[in-house]
Amino acid sequence: MIIEQLSVFLENRSGRLHEVFEILGKAKINVSACSMADTSEFGILRLIPSEPVKAREILKENLFSVNVSEVISFAAPNSPGALSRALKILADAGIGIEYLYGFSPGDKSFIVLRPDDAKRAVDEFQKHEMELISASDLYKF
Amino acid sequence: MEISIWNRHFETMPREPMRTLQSERLREVVERVYFNVPYYRAKMQEKGVGPEHIQSVDDLQKLPFTTKQDLRDNYPFGLFALPMSEIIRLHASSGTTGRPTVVGYSRRDIAVWSEVMARTLTAAGVTNKDFIQIAYGYGLFTGGLGLHYGGEKVGASVIPISGGNTRKQLQLMNDFGSTVLACTPSYASYLAEAIDESDISREDLKLRVGIFGAEPWTDNMRREIEKKLKIKAFDIYGLSEIIGPGVSFDCEYQNGLHINEDHFIPEIIDPETLEPLPEGELGELVFTTVTKEGLPIIRYRTRDLTRLHYDTCRCGRTLVRMDKCTGRSDDMLIIRGVNLFPSQIESVLLEMDETTPHYLLVVDRINNLDTLELHVEVEDRFYQDKISELQNLGKKIKNQIESTIGLSVNVKLVEPKTIERSEGKAKRVIDKRKLK
Repeated sequence: MIIEQLSVFLENRSGRLHEVFEILGKAKINVSACSMADTSEFGILRLIPSEPVKAREILKENLFSVNVSEVISFAAPNSPGALSRALKILADAGIGIEYLYGFSPGDKSFIVLRPDDAKRAVDEFQKHEMELISASDLYKF
Repeated sequence: MEISIWNRHFETMPREPMRTLQSERLREVVERVYFNVPYYRAKMQEKGVGPEHIQSVDDLQKLPFTTKQDLRDNYPFGLFALPMSEIIRLHASSGTTGRPTVVGYSRRDIAVWSEVMARTLTAAGVTNKDFIQIAYGYGLFTGGLGLHYGGEKVGASVIPISGGNTRKQLQLMNDFGSTVLACTPSYASYLAEAIDESDISREDLKLRVGIFGAEPWTDNMRREIEKKLKIKAFDIYGLSEIIGPGVSFDCEYQNGLHINEDHFIPEIIDPETLEPLPEGELGELVFTTVTKEGLPIIRYRTRDLTRLHYDTCRCGRTLVRMDKCTGRSDDMLIIRGVNLFPSQIESVLLEMDETTPHYLLVVDRINNLDTLELHVEVEDRFYQDKISELQNLGKKIKNQIESTIGLSVNVKLVEPKTIERSEGKAKRVIDKRKLK
């Protein structure tokens, strides 16, 4: 249930983000989820590609700095309070959250989350019968 | 109107007597270093030169050069010509890999320093009626104390406020009625703007003279500062290895800086061939201190590029004049009055596990203050997913560098392999300041 996410260090320079996706596109790698964190000096692009190993290699070949981190993903009803209930599970278990990103296209919300302990977060969610999204569901075209 | 000159005897001495005096003093200093400083003796023996070969200033070229590296190799006191019991003051400048350049003064050296600074201040019209606000840094840096002793010598009321704390600078300038401001030219510009923005009106200030140096500035900057601060701005030149400020100074004609050549004999050499150049040609400035006791220095290569002019100045001084330095024969930068070699940055980066030696320094002048930005690549494994860790890494690099070079720096982490690699001499510095 743990998903490998790639983090790419990017300077704040126009066109740089586009290059990443161009390289992945040409290599026929799909991106299922992504988020960009920015500071005044640099940005970190976080993305979940269809083939993490290949995506990492290709980006490295193109001289990008790529870091792999473990995230989890889950679905929750698209209704008030649903995310709050999910996060409470982690809070009660004393699991910290580095960041999360997500959106709600219809009845459901999809969240990608980086907990400080991915394994325990998965255990807690499973214990509470949360709808976890598996890596194979995300590593898809 | 009578032009005031602190020491008319030496400052207006005709060339021939000056040469005789210099030759006499040169013979003495060569003897002193030969017999008291093993390092100098060895260097002279290597060249096959002894004190007996040095009879006049014409023999200067027979002597070996001294460089900053020689001072470092003899860190801290190896080149001193007196026992430490005779040394009453130590100053030091920041240095590569944590080894500063150390200079030592005897009681008489301090007196000579006060004398040359008194000449400097007198040439700028400073008298015992003035209030001199010294906004150069006090401490190991020679700027603050050099001006301080000169100010006391002419009998001015010295305000040893040191650098920084702009609000207090303005308050004292206003309340004490400072007439003379001594600081770096960039800080003077900064203060001018601060005055504009404060509720102090320029009309209430008594400021009339600025004594500015320790960093390169152009004549345009001078005109601008003079206009903004409504003062007359005087340039001063010096380096701690020779004595500190007071090596040379502007007179009211601002027509080149008069070198106190009865104490410091200048030469101009070709930095490549090391051969002396004729009068008026651009080359590297070299000094021999002929009266210093604690740390006499023979043919010190300043790396500053300038020209010398031996004709008598309109002010009446015969002291040789040097042009404003137009550059350096090495890669040293002067930032906010602090000397910086790119190699100092490099050695910090090499010592840290996280960083690579691939870096670029970007120097600029924004709102009249020099800024220093470091672009650096870090080792691949340190490009983290967590922003806080990357920011902490940036802070760590910043702290390491600031504690080594004594200058604040903005650190910008850049993507791997984005800093230009070059097969020849790598381009390490982009200086956007317009100083030429």
